[in-house]
Amino acid sequence: MTTFEAAAAAAARRGMTPRLRDWKAPIFLGAVAILAVILLIVFGRSGTSTFSFASRRTDVFSLPNLSIPVQELGLVAAATAVAMAAGSTLYVRARRKVPTWYIAVFSVVLLVAFLAWASAGHTIPLTGLLAGALALSVPLIFGAMGGVISERAGVINVAIEGQLLSGAFVSAVVASATRSAIAGLLAAMIAGVLVSFVLAAFAIKYFVDQVIVGIVLNGLVLGLTNFLYQTSLSQDAGTLNSPTQLPTIAIPGLSAVPVIGPVLFNQTIIVYLMYIAVAAVSFGLFFTRWGLRLRSVGEHPQAADTVGINVNGTRFWNVSLAGAVAGLGGAYFTLGSVGAFTEDVTSGAGYIALAAVIFGGWSPLRATLAALLFGFANELQSVLGIIGSPVPSDLLLMLPYLVTIVAVAGLVGQSRGPAASGKPYFKS
Amino acid sequence: MSLESGGPTVAETGAEEDDSLELDQIEATQRAEQPDEDGPRWSRALHDITGGSTIITVLAVVASLIVGAILIALTNPQVQAALGYFFARPSATFAAIGQVVGGAYSSLFQGGVYDFSQVSFVDGIQPLFTSLGFATPLIAAGLGIGIGFRAGVFNIGAQGQILVAGALAGWIGYTLPLPPGLHLIVAILGALLGGAVYAGIAGVLKASTGAHEVIVTIMLNYVAYYGLSFLLSNVLKAPGSNNPISPAEASSAVLPSLFGSPRALNLGLVIVIVLTVIAWWFMTRSSLGFRFRAVGENPKAALTAGISVKRTVIYTMLVSGAFVGFAGAYQVLAQTTTGFTNALDAGIGFNAITVALLGRNKPWGIFWAGILFGIFQAGGYTMQATQGIDVDIVQVLQSIIVLFIAAPPLVRALFRLPAPNSLRRARRVRHTTAPEEAIAR
Amino acid sequence: MKLELRGITKRFGRLVANDHIDLVVNPGEIHCLLGENGAGKSTLMNQLYGLLQPDEGDILVDDTLQRFSGPGDAMRAGIGMVHQHFMLVPVFTVAENLMLGHEHTRFGGRLNLPAARDRVRAIAERFGFDIDPDAIVEHLPVGVQQRVEIIKALSREAKILVFDEPTAVLTPQETDELMEIMRQLKAEGAAIVFITHKLREVREVADRITVMRLGKVVGEASPQASNADLASMMVGRSVELTVSKEPSQPGPASLAVDGLTVVDHTGQAVVRNVSFDVRAGEILAVAGVQGNGQTELTEALFGLQRDTTGSITLNGLELRGQSVQHILDAGAGFVPEDRQEDGLVPEFSIAENLILDRSTHEPFAKAGSLQLSYLREFADQTIREFDIRAQGAATPVGRLSGGNQQKVVVARELSRQLKLFVAAQPTRGVDVGSIEFIHKRIVEARDSGIPVIVVSTELDEVIALADRIAVMYRGEIVGIVPGDTPRDVLGIMMAGELPADAEVAA
Repeated sequence: MTTFEAAAAAAARRGMTPRLRDWKAPIFLGAVAILAVILLIVFGRSGTSTFSFASRRTDVFSLPNLSIPVQELGLVAAATAVAMAAGSTLYVRARRKVPTWYIAVFSVVLLVAFLAWASAGHTIPLTGLLAGALALSVPLIFGAMGGVISERAGVINVAIEGQLLSGAFVSAVVASATRSAIAGLLAAMIAGVLVSFVLAAFAIKYFVDQVIVGIVLNGLVLGLTNFLYQTSLSQDAGTLNSPTQLPTIAIPGLSAVPVIGPVLFNQTIIVYLMYIAVAAVSFGLFFTRWGLRLRSVGEHPQAADTVGINVNGTRFWNVSLAGAVAGLGGAYFTLGSVGAFTEDVTSGAGYIALAAVIFGGWSPLRATLAALLFGFANELQSVLGIIGSPVPSDLLLMLPYLVTIVAVAGLVGQSRGPAASGKPYFKS
Repeated sequence: MSLESGGPTVAETGAEEDDSLELDQIEATQRAEQPDEDGPRWSRALHDITGGSTIITVLAVVASLIVGAILIALTNPQVQAALGYFFARPSATFAAIGQVVGGAYSSLFQGGVYDFSQVSFVDGIQPLFTSLGFATPLIAAGLGIGIGFRAGVFNIGAQGQILVAGALAGWIGYTLPLPPGLHLIVAILGALLGGAVYAGIAGVLKASTGAHEVIVTIMLNYVAYYGLSFLLSNVLKAPGSNNPISPAEASSAVLPSLFGSPRALNLGLVIVIVLTVIAWWFMTRSSLGFRFRAVGENPKAALTAGISVKRTVIYTMLVSGAFVGFAGAYQVLAQTTTGFTNALDAGIGFNAITVALLGRNKPWGIFWAGILFGIFQAGGYTMQATQGIDVDIVQVLQSIIVLFIAAPPLVRALFRLPAPNSLRRARRVRHTTAPEEAIAR
Repeated sequence: MKLELRGITKRFGRLVANDHIDLVVNPGEIHCLLGENGAGKSTLMNQLYGLLQPDEGDILVDDTLQRFSGPGDAMRAGIGMVHQHFMLVPVFTVAENLMLGHEHTRFGGRLNLPAARDRVRAIAERFGFDIDPDAIVEHLPVGVQQRVEIIKALSREAKILVFDEPTAVLTPQETDELMEIMRQLKAEGAAIVFITHKLREVREVADRITVMRLGKVVGEASPQASNADLASMMVGRSVELTVSKEPSQPGPASLAVDGLTVVDHTGQAVVRNVSFDVRAGEILAVAGVQGNGQTELTEALFGLQRDTTGSITLNGLELRGQSVQHILDAGAGFVPEDRQEDGLVPEFSIAENLILDRSTHEPFAKAGSLQLSYLREFADQTIREFDIRAQGAATPVGRLSGGNQQKVVVARELSRQLKLFVAAQPTRGVDVGSIEFIHKRIVEARDSGIPVIVVSTELDEVIALADRIAVMYRGEIVGIVPGDTPRDVLGIMMAGELPADAEVAA
């Protein structure tokens, strides 16, 4: 058994909590199923919804559009949801945890039905939806990787927002001044590291509460970038705030695959760096010396100390690394999507990334999935707004935050973060 | 006790848990042998002042003003121009810096405290009244957050609570047909209730499921923001308006000015002074406040002593949210009475956290910290209007002050002050464990 | 390898934790470092292991001067340590713990786990252990975790091994096995430092004994020295742990525990079907090795354990399932075993700590408001009555010595009108003077006619106080025997067996 499997098995064993029956999951699924019945049947809509798979580029071969009768799908989906909610009680009766795949299937069924319901009588451009979702997820994923690295090393990283924002600001300025997007990327990483230095210094050297430092740092970066934007950038936007955009690079072959090809493999270098970052963190954390030491100082710093690992040094450098990763995500706002720095351009993305870290149970892969989910919800509201769906966009924008609260309270309520996260290490 | 070591804190320097017992015991025996020698009285007095929080606070403010000055100077076109020929004429640079920074801080003072250009004292002191107006909601929300911190609960959700409370107070204020006086009271009570209930969600979730309140309250901020945006686009929207803004408040629900004139000073300040006294009494004299503090300092011991940690966490959030709720009421019933938007919190949610930290979570400390930041706020707007310096510098100053406050050793190092017994402080940090563990049982 | 410490001195402020300590340990020798809690043994070993730096003195390995700036240096010099609190990452596997700090990697920077597994197996085989290298450490029993700790030290070619209070968490049987391992290591030529305060173990394995007291070496002793001699060297005067008390005058059974089972958060039954009575006016001592369910038993009595079955009645009133507050208000008083964690709020004043469990009760609070002047009076009086040495009632409890802190907890409980008194490890880490005082008050509580339970892992304390003794092993009560039961019988019971000739006093 590999480390990863062993760890997963252990997590599963822990999660089972065999003695006490945990009714949270069935209650949650039941509540959602009732909502589904109300929405899909009581407020059911008629007509058909069309899912289009075309992308703007000429595909090698194209898939036909898929038309779905909304009312029938709604009935089937609501019935499935009710049945699955009822079925989940069987797991609890058997004193077992409701498995993740079960909840995933439940969610996907309702998601498809909801999409059809919301777009009844219209066409949903699925490729565009997915591409937009990925675009909104990129900074979240970078931020989440920064969060995972830092928190696994034992330092709570609420400063992701500040790291993203400073990365966005500095990359815009440097890319504009040097006319080099790559220089902008590097500068964004350095900016993120600088924010991390402050976080690490206060958390590790001065033992200040890490949540507090994080929040104050976010305020500081926001105030500072707003101030500099008003006093400098907006005065001289030509030289300071018109960054060179990163070119899109299509990966030959892969980018021609229908639907996912243009979504995943016709992107700027930042997106490819994101794939690499996720893969590197996922692998590195569990299979390399770096990861082993990183996790040891986050779980049992004293044990790490007694085998000769410099606990505070390890924490310091990994928090810095986390800042570099998050800073890169910040650059995406100015070099990859928006095109220029504006005040508070990140608008809370760092907090969503933090939510993704916790939602994903401090696992790089699951945190990435959570970030993708949040990006998807955000993109969905703008797509539905464009096609004139009756779903109010404010409520859809609220969704990721509500989902996170539900997740933190119910589904991952018992998930366990790094044992020493947030606790300063006092060397004797 | 002497400067290098203090008898009673020796146990803490042992740092290793398994050692502390040992050292405790040795200390006990040794103390029996050696009389407690206090250092010379004067050195102890010096030590108390430099080690105390007051001087650190003052120095933190000074340090932040220096950082602010550097920022202001560096971004100023005149200074930049003068820097261009720095080696030819360095005096020009310094003159430009002096002029810019002097002008900035002078307008900050004149806009926040006393305007020397006015003839009469009543007109001259007007800026201070404006500052007190800005300070009022900061103090109220700061008190709520500070009470939470003392109980070991991190209420980061002041923004959301202000939005909910403000919207509720505003709705009561423009719809309910109530007589003057009663209308105001009902609107304020509605806000307190709204803030308490909204904060209570995080408390209940923490107590019942262990969900971390930092995450939940941050998320609830966004939920409140988008929820209010949604309501402002339909049910709360002023008739005939194209923008998401509510109708104006009825005059019977507006906090009346003090002294009857349309000056900035209003009843809200009196209420917030009363709230400060209540918070002080609550934390130091009431048995519920005693329980809050016990849970905040050592939740496991509180649990063993029969104090229900879960219930205390919920009560803490309710009390905290009610105080924050008044800030929401004030925003709607005093600051902008012409209708509220989803930006009615005006950044108080974040600033109140810094106020609570600067006030070290003590009610009167929060009161004075709130006034200081209120002065910054009012002065900042004047600075922007008269000197063209962006008001966002105020948030930079506030954040830097709080960072310095949080790390006294850093301030001491900057100003080369002698270190007091820093280990005691370190020890304190170790004890600020959140009530998770106790809740888990 | 030979280890030599010369004139090691370590100060914490004014306190001298180690005062010119000399120590020589030869290869193939078990050198016992004997001393009470607080004698400075752990401080000395932390310097040897590079966790602390000595203020004065030298450390020599094979006659070469060493300077350790961290544990890494000490390990490189061939020193290994088996810590009292295991230095293992609970969520890592055995193999991962083994390699942490000196990892070997394969192509692509991957950890070489197969090699680490082989290493675990090889060392385990040498000593006849049965350890799965892929087991997650936190799922292993305590005794096995300790073996992982030993394997970890050996995997780094340690030739000088330090065992810091290794038996504190072990059953007598596991202790015997550990002794066997130590002998085997010695036969392989290792130099072993064995830190303990338990005399039996010292006499069993030691080749040489060095006794420490209050930071100083007070002398060497031979393993043939009598228990009494060793003990008096340790404490500096002849130990007299007998408490003067009259024979008990037990009344009717007052506390009745029937079929109590406690399940912890991992789903393990940590207290299994335990039944006993305590009569008014008697002390029932609960003896046993640490971690055999005593902690959970006392917590269950006070409603601090969530998952319990069975019944607990005090004078006919059911306590199980009630809230902590309700149980305390019913007249039950509790001195928890870890006063810093569970008993006190260190930042609170003595006065505040004295009313921690009745902060809403008259006369301390009226209409939700604390009665500060009454509280001050009460605190001053209680401080006098319980001989708490402090500058005043406003002194934060965290600044008091261990003994005085414990007196605050004891005073808080005994100043209430009690119908039951439970004291867990009442004198752990407490100075000798305070021990006598606390013991006296416990006996007085008994003589006032209430049932008293004393939980202790110190056999001396159990024997000194008990009218009857219940011995716990793996969550069960092995037997309840009279207070004058001989030590060796109790020792056998602590290993889980009830000797056929033991007199049962249930």
